[in-house]
Amino acid sequence: MPFVSPEDFAKQKVTAIQDYSILSWQAIANLFSRPRYWSDIFTQMDLIGVGSLPTIALTGFFTGSVLALQSATSLKAFGAASMTGNLVALSMVKELGPVLTGLMLAGRNASGMASEIGSMRVTEQIDAMRALGTDPVRKLVTPRLYATMFMLFFLTIMADAVGIAGGALISVTMLGMNTSTYFHNSYRSLEYADIVQGLTKPLFSAFIIATVGCYFGMTTKGGTQGVGRSTTQAVVVSSVFIIIVDFIVSRAMIGIFGR
Amino acid sequence: MAEDLLTRDKPQPIQPEEHGPVVTFKDVSIAFDLKPVLEHLSFSVAYGETRIILGPAGGGKSVLMKLTDGLLRPDSGTITVFGNDITAMSEDELFKLRRRIGMVFQESALFDSLSVEDNVAYRLHEEAVPEKETHERVFEALKFVGLEQAIAKFPSELSGGMRRRVSIARAIVSEPDLILYDSPTGGLDPITSTTIIELVMKQRDVSHTTSLLITHRLQDAFTMAMNRFNPETEKMEPLPGGGVDESTKFLVLNEGKVVFDGDTHELVSSTDPWLRQYLS
Repeated sequence: MPFVSPEDFAKQKVTAIQDYSILSWQAIANLFSRPRYWSDIFTQMDLIGVGSLPTIALTGFFTGSVLALQSATSLKAFGAASMTGNLVALSMVKELGPVLTGLMLAGRNASGMASEIGSMRVTEQIDAMRALGTDPVRKLVTPRLYATMFMLFFLTIMADAVGIAGGALISVTMLGMNTSTYFHNSYRSLEYADIVQGLTKPLFSAFIIATVGCYFGMTTKGGTQGVGRSTTQAVVVSSVFIIIVDFIVSRAMIGIFGR
Repeated sequence: MAEDLLTRDKPQPIQPEEHGPVVTFKDVSIAFDLKPVLEHLSFSVAYGETRIILGPAGGGKSVLMKLTDGLLRPDSGTITVFGNDITAMSEDELFKLRRRIGMVFQESALFDSLSVEDNVAYRLHEEAVPEKETHERVFEALKFVGLEQAIAKFPSELSGGMRRRVSIARAIVSEPDLILYDSPTGGLDPITSTTIIELVMKQRDVSHTTSLLITHRLQDAFTMAMNRFNPETEKMEPLPGGGVDESTKFLVLNEGKVVFDGDTHELVSSTDPWLRQYLS
């Protein structure tokens, strides 16, 4: 591996941030001017949203289940086993639902975007698209961005619901709790601020998944090996960004709503 | 008929007398990673001219083609296409300009997730041409390249030569005013190469579209210069009396510099030692 001077390294990183920012801005702004590729947006919604349903449902269900299982043991020590519903609902809605759904989608879709667009890049299909008078950002990135933002929002709601249901199943069947008590406590524990926090996070996560996945795809170099590298980088970078942004959004929401 | 495609009235016809050069390079230079690829390149391509670009591999021929289509921007110099300085145009303006340019890529660059029909129809779909007309025009373009039977296939089901022909069909379906052929015969066997050259010649002689053609094969270049396409026999034939096609000119590049710029007679009578060695 050739040695890169600190100056060149810094320049490369600054250029990458600049390119990523321009790509993200163009992807957002393109929806407000013609042409708009609605059919591509709906196709991506199907691929990203409907295609991810089983994965997200299973993840949400078992996360809620294991949360109930683990927390009940600790809560029982304090005589607060009835609070299991509160804990599962709050954890799922505020934190685990948005973050795990985001991470699962990053693994499934950021990689897919990077590899698909990266393959197009190395086989000159992106250049061919430009030569045919089509803006590749408008055609490839914008539909993926808006489709991911729209679908991740609803996938998160589904993950939250399925997670709470999973927690209920474990609490009732294995821990002997009352169904009505579990759901009543779950419902009562949630406040407006929790819902807002839980539904704001997926918008940020979706933005990260789509823009990072597409950015690494659009900047792929070096043939099939380059496609593999881009795919890995897309998953790693988007996953890390999701967790960092989750912390920032959580802190901001606590600052705004006080919880 | 395939010729219908070539003689169809264009929405914005270009009259030769209205135009100066279709493409002009003025002192164009470009470097990648500080390594100069093209240096102070100047030449022009007249309306209806077929400019064959020759030169050793790595001489900057494909870069020149991408510069002409605005896919790359030069570090210095100006490039005008249809009278527009493309070095000063925004990407949005370039998208509009590129609709008048057809490009055949070195490796075809077909969209592998689209069928042959959708590949060829790509630009027509973008222009919201009615479906029936799109299908007819795609069929005509595929008939022009002799691949109408492959309309429902996918690129992965085609041979290398067939992909190039589909790529040519995609480039001509919108009846462009300029066609850029980037090594359309590269990596193909001699028989398939001749078929491709015949198609390029057919486009030159029937529609008189201005074009730039990169080739590594000298025999392809001289076939283009010394033959014509006969629409009646649907085959190419030598020009009478051993003549050369006046609309076919040459540009030879070596190490990013113009070594030769002129017609066939000037090329074969050049006394430049490097050029004579290259041609021998």
